[in-house]
Amino acid sequence: MTDASMPETSPSSKHTSSLLQQDVRTKKRNASEARFKAYGAIAIGIAILALVALMTSILANGSSAFRQTFISLDVYLDPAKLDKDGTRDPEAIAKVSTFGYAPLIKAAFDKEFEKPEIGLEGMKSSEAAKMISKEGPAELRRYVLENPDMIGETVRFDFLAGGRIDGYFKGRVTMESAERDKNVSPEQLQLADQLKAAGLLKTKFNWGFLTRADASENRPEAAGLGVAILGSFYMMIVVLVLALPIGVAASIYLEEFAPKNWFTDIIEVNISNLAAVPSIVFGILGLAIFINFAHLPQSAPIVGGLVLTLMTLPTIIIATRASLKAVPPSIRDAALGIGASKMQSVFHHVLPLAAPGILTGTIIGLAQALGETAPLLLIGMVAFVRDFPSAPPEGFFDPAAALPVQVYNWTQRSDPAFVERASGAIIVLLVFLLIMNAIAIILRRRFERRW
Amino acid sequence: MYDTLIPENAVDQKEIKINAEDVQVYYGDTHAIKDVSVKIEDKTVTAFIGPSGCGKSTFLRCLNRMNDTIDICRVEGKILLDGEDIYDKKVDPVQLRAKVGMVFQKPNPFPKSIYDNIAYGPRIHGLAKNKADLDVIVEKSLRRGAIWDEVKDRLDQPGTGLSGGQQQRLCIARAVATEPEVLLMDEPCSALDPIATAQVEELIDELRQDYSVVIVTHSMQQAARVSQKTAFFHLGNLVEFGETSQIFTNPVDPRTESYITGRIG
Repeated sequence: MTDASMPETSPSSKHTSSLLQQDVRTKKRNASEARFKAYGAIAIGIAILALVALMTSILANGSSAFRQTFISLDVYLDPAKLDKDGTRDPEAIAKVSTFGYAPLIKAAFDKEFEKPEIGLEGMKSSEAAKMISKEGPAELRRYVLENPDMIGETVRFDFLAGGRIDGYFKGRVTMESAERDKNVSPEQLQLADQLKAAGLLKTKFNWGFLTRADASENRPEAAGLGVAILGSFYMMIVVLVLALPIGVAASIYLEEFAPKNWFTDIIEVNISNLAAVPSIVFGILGLAIFINFAHLPQSAPIVGGLVLTLMTLPTIIIATRASLKAVPPSIRDAALGIGASKMQSVFHHVLPLAAPGILTGTIIGLAQALGETAPLLLIGMVAFVRDFPSAPPEGFFDPAAALPVQVYNWTQRSDPAFVERASGAIIVLLVFLLIMNAIAIILRRRFERRW
Repeated sequence: MYDTLIPENAVDQKEIKINAEDVQVYYGDTHAIKDVSVKIEDKTVTAFIGPSGCGKSTFLRCLNRMNDTIDICRVEGKILLDGEDIYDKKVDPVQLRAKVGMVFQKPNPFPKSIYDNIAYGPRIHGLAKNKADLDVIVEKSLRRGAIWDEVKDRLDQPGTGLSGGQQQRLCIARAVATEPEVLLMDEPCSALDPIATAQVEELIDELRQDYSVVIVTHSMQQAARVSQKTAFFHLGNLVEFGETSQIFTNPVDPRTESYITGRIG
């Protein structure tokens, strides 16, 4: 293959041939170059195909998670049911449980059925009320508790439609499948069509997907990423605050100050090894140290953040050392030559020049940590969390979920509506990762443009 | 192996600035500098010449302890600056380097503005009390570096944007700004074209008024042009040291003669 293995030709024959004709050797070399280019193009093509396939599948499955079906009803907040004594005492109102609100929705359907275009032969309003998400009465109750003055009024409410009704408008549920489904009947679907025609049923952008907490197995329509986004955000803060200074300080020390001996060699090798340790091992470590030994709370962003910090440190250290190494030694010499101390030369000259590389490494480490699932499963972030963590710093110790774990969680659930939720969550995660990478690129450009 | 052949240097000495006695330098197991003793005078340009790898740059870097940054490098013997041993344990190399400035082979301005390049040294050594002081130092240094007229209108522009010769003069100005007593130059013109070289050489000659200048050069013509004293290094030994005119016209050692006539090196 190589030129060296070509048989020797006599020099005279080389010089007599015409330049207009390629000799055997040139042809061979050109052919091998063309082959190599083709391999490269094929490799790129496969990569692009894989990417396109991935994105299409995720977008096809997940984009519907951002749209949700709502049913608008005029609900009469009946004082006889919500506040029997008429005192408007918040405590008395609070005594009425979610079940006490279900009849209000039923009554609202009864009212709709009075209209000629809505209603089916033999369909009861209790049957129709089941089209509303089980979250509906709870939301109604929350509203009344916040606005007790509205009791006795009629309020227009946008209720979440049940998962099956929502699925009907997204093509997931059909009349045929509804016949075999105990959660929904074909009649309900017909009624849904009528409501849509009457403008009472609408499909809107689903802010709730981003702001709501997770919901239980049988109300997928109410499940959102709010807690997971907040939990991931808190963890990223912990990782950034801990991993960046520790990682940069460690790299500067190792690269610029530490003596080069067998001990630092071992440390160096082990940092590279740590970067290759499977992430679940960090989860076991976190479980043993932070939860069992230090007794930090389970499912808390602080523990997740600490574990992810351990995982991110090698990435940051390796990237930082590489960018420190890339600073030309002449800059260090220049600083030392005019009497700067080692530390001045590092902090005044080397570090600013290495900053873009350090930032990029850090953000890539953060992005890696954001997408990490396995270690979080072991420290309890997989728990079902309905309540939002409070504001920092207490919030770091409150239970929370994390974006990738939420994806994992939803893929475990049986209701088909969670398929779109999981894909939707992946889209959100990817968007966050893209934003972080974009920030890395922008910061890099900004810093490099200085000179 | 030629140690026995080294002749005694009979040069009359006036105002010795640096006195090196029996300096040995080892890189790991390699004995790079062998028994070098040299007396460098104040307000004089001393040139170190010799073939590649003969140790002249290594020896130069011993004079402001830049070799300290190389882990495996070990220096023995005595180097006295104004009678004080710079390799004494009590000496802080940072303080020493403020006294003994250095200009490197490749121009290496900081990727900052021209002003900041010059002002950096005075700032970290606390030479200026306020901005006005600093402005004065910057202008004075740039004038000393013979580059003031070219850059006075663009002090806020990056030093890396200058031409190679300007960059090197900027580096000289930067070294001068900290008011050193000795200026070490490690092949300062090797990356420059003939015109820039001529400018830098002229500058070196002017600097002689105030400093003791030690210059390492590959060009014998340059050594002859700018220096008053010349030291010839060969294979880690100081072969001959004396008046430049004497070295180039009437060398004592046969190796020096071979080198300057182009037979070795």
